[in-house]
Amino acid sequence: MSKIKLATVWLDGCSGCHMSFLDMDERLIELSSQFDLVFSPIVDFKVFPDEVDIALVEGAISSDEDEHKIRHIRKHTKMLIAMGDCAVAGNVPSMRNQFGVKGVTDRVFFDTASLQQQVPCQLVPTLHAKVRPVHEFVPVDVFLPGCPPSADTFYTVLSELLAGKTPDIASLTRFGA
Amino acid sequence: MSQTITIDPVTRLEGHGKITLKTDDNGAVQEAFFTVTQVRGFEKFCEGRPFYEMPSLMARICGICPVSHLVASAKACEAIMSVEIPHTAAQLRRMLNLAQMVQSHSLSFFYLSSPDLLLGMDADPAVRHLFGVVEAKPELGRGGVRLRRFGQHIIELLGNKRIHPGWVIPGGVTEPLTTAKRDEILAMIPEAYANVKYALNWYKQIVPNFKDEIESFANFPSLFLGLVNEDDSIEFTDGALRLIDAEGNIVKDGIHAAQFEDNFGEAVEPYSFVKFPYYKPLGYPEGSYRVGPLARLNIAKTMGTPLADEELIEFKKLSKGPVLGSFHYHYARLVDILYGIEMIERILTDPLILDKHVRATAGVNRQEGFGVAEAPRGTLMHHYKVDDKGLMLYANLIIATGQNNNAMNRGVLQTAQKYINGKKLEQGMLNRVEAVIRTFDPCLSCSTHAFGQMPLSIELLAPDGSRLDEIHR
Ligand code: SF4
Repeated sequence: MSKIKLATVWLDGCSGCHMSFLDMDERLIELSSQFDLVFSPIVDFKVFPDEVDIALVEGAISSDEDEHKIRHIRKHTKMLIAMGDCAVAGNVPSMRNQFGVKGVTDRVFFDTASLQQQVPCQLVPTLHAKVRPVHEFVPVDVFLPGCPPSADTFYTVLSELLAGKTPDIASLTRFGA
Repeated sequence: MSQTITIDPVTRLEGHGKITLKTDDNGAVQEAFFTVTQVRGFEKFCEGRPFYEMPSLMARICGICPVSHLVASAKACEAIMSVEIPHTAAQLRRMLNLAQMVQSHSLSFFYLSSPDLLLGMDADPAVRHLFGVVEAKPELGRGGVRLRRFGQHIIELLGNKRIHPGWVIPGGVTEPLTTAKRDEILAMIPEAYANVKYALNWYKQIVPNFKDEIESFANFPSLFLGLVNEDDSIEFTDGALRLIDAEGNIVKDGIHAAQFEDNFGEAVEPYSFVKFPYYKPLGYPEGSYRVGPLARLNIAKTMGTPLADEELIEFKKLSKGPVLGSFHYHYARLVDILYGIEMIERILTDPLILDKHVRATAGVNRQEGFGVAEAPRGTLMHHYKVDDKGLMLYANLIIATGQNNNAMNRGVLQTAQKYINGKKLEQGMLNRVEAVIRTFDPCLSCSTHAFGQMPLSIELLAPDGSRLDEIHR
C-alpha cells in the first residue's frame, strides 16, 4: 500500500494549530514513516498536489486568495479536516467583521502609519468583507475544534486515521480548548 | 525583454510570503519585493473590549511566539494599572519568555533552516526538510526536536498549555510555581545543554561551506535595535532599548516603551501588508534598522552568563564592528538558546521563585499604556488607549518582523542579483533567495501569511505588461 498523502495548509490563522501539530515532538517523527507530507509550510513543495488523502486546514477564509485556495484544496483532497477554532468557526480573525475592511485598513495603514499612508494594492490579495469559517465555502469532513487542539489530540486523530479508523473527536477536544 | 519571477509561497517560513523579482532585458534582477499577503486587524478589532482581555487576545496574533505578545501586552496593561508586579511574577515571566525564545529559535534553526545547512542549498526539495535531516543526521534533527520540546514543555509546566496559555495576566501570573515543576525543569536542563552544544559545534564545522552566501545574504550596513540592561548585558523582558549604527556607535540609548513611537515610525509600501518601521530622525528608508538575534548580539557587550559569553567573544571576532551579514543570524540564534538555558537555570535558583505572591491588582489608573519585550525575532511593542472604564479605544502594535522588513527586501535583491540570471533559472538559486529570508526567521503570522496555489512560476512580461509566456516548476 502506498503511503498516505498528507497536507497541512495555513489560511487566516495564527499558526498555533500548526505549532500544536509539531508539538507531537518525536511522535511526529515516528508517525512520519506512515505518511508523505506532500504540502505544508514546513516542506518545500510549491504546488498543492492533484490527489491528497488528508488535508489539515488551519485558519478562516478572509481574502479572495484564501477562497481560491480552499476551493482548490477541496477539489483535490479526499478528507478535509478543519483544524482549530478559526477554521471551524471563524474565531479570532472573524472579530474584524463588525468593523469592516475599511475599519481595519484605516487603523493599520493610516492612523498608525506615519509615512506614505495608503492601502497596499500591488501584489496583495483582496480582503473579503467578512471573515468566514471553512465550511461556509466547501464541505468539511472532520471538525477538529480547539485553540489550538492539543498535541495529544493530533496524535490520536492522526494515528487512527492512518490506521483507517474514525476518531471520536468529541472525547478528545472541544471549542476553545 | 523583461521578466517577472514569482516565488509563491516562500516555504519553510513561519507563515507565507511571496517574492517577486523583476529583471531587465538582459535577465539581470533589477527590483525585488517581499510581499506579505494578509492583514488581520488586531489593532482595530480589540476596540470596545476590556483591556484585561488583551494578553490572551493578542497572544492569538501568533502561535509561534504567543508569549512575546502575552508579555508585551501585560506590560502595556500594567502601565494602564500603574502597578509594579511582584518580583516572583516578574521572574516567572522572564523564564516563560526565555523558554519561548528557545523553542522558537529551535523551530527556526532545526525545523526550517537546518535542511539547507545540512543537505545544501541545491539539495533535492523532496528531502530538504526536517524529516530529511532526521534521516541524514539523527543527532542533529532529533536534538532539535528535543530542544524545541524543552522550551514548549517549560511553557506547559508554567502556564498549563503549550500554546496560548492563559497564565500571564495584567498584574502578574495566575498561579505560583510548584516544587515538583521546578524540579522537573531542572532535570531537563543537562540534556538541553548537550543538544545546543552539539548544534553549535556542528554549525561551526559547516559554516565555512557558506562563504558566498555569507557575503551576499543581506550583508550591508544598517542600524540595529534591541533591549539591554544597564550593565550592557542582553535582555529579553525588561531593560531599555538601544539603537546602534553600523560602526557600533550608540545612536540613541535608554529608550523606554512609552518613548517608542516618538522615535520610530512606520511607512507603508504598496506591495506588502506589513509596514516598514524606521528611526524618525533619519527618515525612511535611511532610518531602517534590523532587530533580532544578530541585532541583540551586536548591541550587548555581555550575555551575562558564562557559556554564552564564551560564544559572544567568538561572535564578536567575526567583524571589527557590528556583524553585518544576516547569515550570522543562525549563529546568534544558537548563542541566544545557550543563554536562555543558562538563564532559566539561574532563575530557578532564585530563593523567592516558589513564593506564592505572584499577582498585583489595580483598576484603570491611566488611560494609556506601552509595553516592550524582545520576541525571539526582535523588539515588539504594544500601545493601548482605554476609556475610564478600561474598555479599549485604540491599539498599535509594532512587531519584530516588520522591523526587519526593509532589510529583508534589500537582502532579497542582493541575493537575487548574485544568484539569479533570468536567462537561466535553477532551483538552488531560487532556494537561496528564499533562504536569505529564512535567516531573519520572519514570523509572518505576527502580521499574516499566504499559500501556494500559484506554484513557482516565471512570467515573461512584454513591455506593455501583457504576458508572453509562463513556465511552472
Ligand atoms: S484556532 Fe487558535 S491556535 Fe488555531 S489558528 Fe486560530 S487562533 Fe491560532
